[in-house]
Parts: sequence; structure tokens; C-alpha cells
Amino acid sequence: MKRTNSNRFSILIYSFIIIWVFLASFPFFWTFWGSFKVELDFFSISNWYNAVTGKNTLDTYNSQFTGAGYEGAWVQEEFWRSFVNSALVCFFVVLTSLTIGTLGAYALSRSNYKYTFWLLITALIFRAMPPITLVAGYLPPFFEWNIWGILPTTIIVLVSINQPFTLWMLHSFFQNIPKELDESAKVDGCSQFQAFRHVIIPVMWPGVITTGLFSFLLAYNDFAVTAMLLSDENRTMIPKIAAFLGTTYTEGNVMFAVAAVVSATVPLFILVMFFQKKIVSGLTQGAVKG
Amino acid sequence: MLIFIFLPIISVVLQSVHTPHENVLITVENCDPFGCKKVTSIDHEATKNLKQSEPLGKFVGLDIYFDRGHLAIENFKLIWNNSENIFSFIQSLSNLPFYKAVFFTLTFTFTVTPIMLLLGLLIALGVNSISKKLRGIVIFFSLLPMIVTPLIGSIILFWMIDSRGIIGNLIQWLFNDPNLSLKASTTLTWIMLIVYGVWHAIPFSFIVFYAGLQTVPKDQLESAKIDGANTFEEVIYIIIPHLMPLITFVTLMQLMDNFRVFEPIVGFSAEAHATSLSWIIFNDLGGETRQLSAAATSSILTIIGVIILLSPVLLRTWKDFKFKK
Repeated sequence: MKRTNSNRFSILIYSFIIIWVFLASFPFFWTFWGSFKVELDFFSISNWYNAVTGKNTLDTYNSQFTGAGYEGAWVQEEFWRSFVNSALVCFFVVLTSLTIGTLGAYALSRSNYKYTFWLLITALIFRAMPPITLVAGYLPPFFEWNIWGILPTTIIVLVSINQPFTLWMLHSFFQNIPKELDESAKVDGCSQFQAFRHVIIPVMWPGVITTGLFSFLLAYNDFAVTAMLLSDENRTMIPKIAAFLGTTYTEGNVMFAVAAVVSATVPLFILVMFFQKKIVSGLTQGAVKG
Repeated sequence: MLIFIFLPIISVVLQSVHTPHENVLITVENCDPFGCKKVTSIDHEATKNLKQSEPLGKFVGLDIYFDRGHLAIENFKLIWNNSENIFSFIQSLSNLPFYKAVFFTLTFTFTVTPIMLLLGLLIALGVNSISKKLRGIVIFFSLLPMIVTPLIGSIILFWMIDSRGIIGNLIQWLFNDPNLSLKASTTLTWIMLIVYGVWHAIPFSFIVFYAGLQTVPKDQLESAKIDGANTFEEVIYIIIPHLMPLITFVTLMQLMDNFRVFEPIVGFSAEAHATSLSWIIFNDLGGETRQLSAAATSSILTIIGVIILLSPVLLRTWKDFKFKK
């Protein structure tokens, strides 16, 4: 009696988990599959099954799959330009915020004054404030100095919005590295900087990579700031896709947008595949400490 | 860093109390053989001078805060006096753009947060009890809805919900109504956005709770089992109290995240039925006329909202901090 009860219970659990995994992943597979079809299949009025078999795609292109959407998006609509912009923005945001972040967080964690509270509060407030509230403040001086619309400006803004969070994360990480480590280096005759260079840098990578991942996600996913601060030709992928939505519906090229969306999701997929453990530990680290 | 964080806030505050200059008008009397006419025209010279001397614009104090686009004090009073009960009051109030956004933002925040806490906990408990080999894959797929850009995630769902998409088709088939469209009605749009919000937020609570579950002391669970507790009782009396700090943390994070809901509205093209505070600011900033002062005012009001939302937490952290010292 007891045995069948627990069996039934585990079946319930397994089906629940399967339903969740299905809900979480199905939209992505569906869109990925559909991105190789023509619009009539992806948005099928007559029969939803057309999107799976690609009936109209077969009629048009003699094959069940077509790269027409990708070609239209990348070549015709010059999506590659946005891809390059996105890559540039992400690279420099991560680089800058990690450089400032590691140096600053190391200094903070080794100083005796209790900054922690203020750091935590600023990080918290910035997490809570919609970034768009600050954009209104950036615009007039940027127009005035004629630096609106270019990539470096956006990179600086993204870095500064992200910085309190980066500092806080790295700070709690550096506090886990025992002080004795750099103290013993100093006893052996290192200067403060040499201690950092030879002792701390080799052991800091796990924390830095985790923090870097989160800065990357912020820069990659941002829509509000990049949409407002970049001119049309400098757009990164996300605002570009939003712009696609406006124009392609009228031109009947929805598949361009579908292809662009899939292209923008692929890097994230790969990221999660390789750094799953890091992302999980980063998410939970804040929870356990805070 | 300080420059880029605090100066914009100051600039936003300054902008919110100014309004662009009106053009300086001059009236000239032109006389010709058929009589005299008064002509009003724009004095470009004077306008330019004025703009240069006060680049921020005319100082208007708190006027923008009280105008129809924001707090709408006049309309508020009128509606307050004219409506008989609280429901009609709220109904007429939600015709004003700012209050409409506030209502949606609050509804979204306070429905998504509890639902996603509950589901996240359930999934974490479920994953914790399945075999170890499968857990990695489940976590991988669970992370996706959260990691993927909110805008992209909502666009993907939007295409599927479209009346020609797969979910849209399914819903029409379920309700046997070929003309049913989720985009047409306000209630359905709100539900759609809330479902998306939950979908997007579950992974976060799931991951945090799952990590918390690994630290639940085993001996307590065992002793509970010996005392005759069933699974349900174990969860209520041992696991949930153990996870309490994490639940507070996730609630806090989610309240903040949901309060600034913005991308789904763009992704679902739901502006007509649902707007949020962030969306109002974005809308004012974009478009042909960049209404900087209107956007700045909304920004300030949003920041005040965030502070109110966070004040209990801030107070508690402050007390903890004092206590530590």
C-alpha cells in the first residue's frame, strides 16, 4: 500500500517537472524550427501543423527548410552591423566594469572602514531603479556636447549603471579571500600592489568570471538605454529587433524578425550551456550573503 | 562613477521643474493704403537670446507634477467628488495616463510575485527529488526563460499567441471561438503579460530555492519522518522555515524587478491596453518630440515609488547595520 502511494507520488513529481521543462523550452525550439519556414507556415491560418511540416515552404523553395529569413535579416537589413555593435558594447562594458570593479572592490574589502552598508544600499537602489529613469538626465548634456548616438557614450552609461552591482558582488567575493594571504605576501617583502598582482590575481578568477557574466548579460539584454542613446546606424541587436517589429509588419517580412530573434538568442544559449554552474552560483551567492 | 550616477539624478530633478520656452511673440502694426493691421509674429532674435540665457527653460516649479499627464490633481479632485463608491472612483481614475500605468504596474507586481514564489518552490522541491542525472538538464532548460533577453522572450511568446500562431490556435480551439484574440481585450492582455512575467521569473526563484534545499539539515528531516510526518508536513514545518530568509530575498528582488516592468509591453505591443511607469517615460523620451521635462517628472515619481517600495527593507538593513556596530 505504502509502496504504490510513493510510486504515484513520484510519477506526479516527474510529470510536473516534465511539464515545466516543456513550458520553459518549447517556445525556443518552436521559434527556431519555424525560423526556417516561410511566413505562411509560421503563421498558419489554415492548419497549425503546416509549421511543423513546412507545406508552403516546400511549395516555394522545393525544400522543407529555407534560409531566406536569415538572408533577409543579415544581408538585406544589415543585421550583422548590429551584431558587431552588440559585440563591441558587450566586450567593452565587461572589460571596463571588471577593471574598475576588481581594483575598487579589492581596495574596499581591505580597508577598515565599513563601506559595506553604503555599497549594499547603492547596489540595491540601482537594482530597483528602472535604468530608463536616468536616461532623461543623460540626454540634454549629451546633445549639448554632441556625443549622443555613438557607442562609447553608451558603454560608459551602461558601465556606470552596472557598477554598484559589480562592486558589491566582487566585494563579497574578495572578502572570502583570507586577509592572511596578502599579509603574508607583504611580510615576505611585497608592496601592496605586488601582493595584489602576485597573490590575489591568481585566485580571483572564479569570482571575476561570474561577475563578468552578469555584466555581459546586462549589456547584451539592455533595451531601454541602448534604444534611447544610440542613433539608428549604431544600434545594438535588441533595439534593432524592436525596430524590425515596427517596419517589417508593414512590408510583410516578419520572417526577417523571426530570424533576427533566433540569431540573437543563440549566443545566450551557448553561454548558458558553458557557464551554467557559474550563473547558478552567482545567483545563489547573492542570496546566501544578502 | 559618481559623476555618471548622481549628476543625471540632479539633472532629472532640474528638468522636471522646467518647461521649454515658449516663443517670444511680438505684435507689429503694419499700415498700408488700405488701413492698418496688427500682425503677430515670432521674434526669433529674442527667443534665441532667451534660450541661451536660460538653457533649461522656464522655471515652472511643481506644475508639471500636477498636470494631466502626471498626478492630475484637478481631475483627481473632480473624480473624487463625482464618484459614489470606490470602484467607480478607481475606474474613472484609470482613464488618466499616469494612474493607468500605476494600476498596471502595481497589479503586475503583486500578482506575479506570489505566483512565481509558489511555483518556483514547487519546481525546486520536484527537481530535488528526481534522480541526480536528470537535474543538470532540467536546470539548463529552466534557466532559459530568465537568461534570454526579456524583449526577445516576450516577442517569441507574442508570435505564438498571435491568432495565427500555435498557442493562439490552441486557445481558439479550446474555447471553440475562431475569432478569439488575446490582443483585443484589456483583461486578456493583462493576463497574458502576467503569465509572461511568471514564466520569466520562475527560474530565478527556482534556482535560489533549489540551492537552499541543498542546505536543509538531513537529521531534522529524518527525525520528522520517525515522528510520523508525511511529505507535506515536512515541507510546511521544516523546509519552509529553513528557506524563510531566501524567500524574503527573492520577494524583494522580484518586487523590484516587476516594478520596473517595461520590455514585455513593447514586445507584446500591448501599449493600448497596459502601460507601466517605465513605458510612460520611454514613450515621452522617444518619438518626434522628445518631451524631456515630462519624462523627467515621471522619472522622479517612479524613483519615489521605488523608495516607498523599498523603505521597509532599507530601514531593516539600517537597523542591522547599527546593531553590528
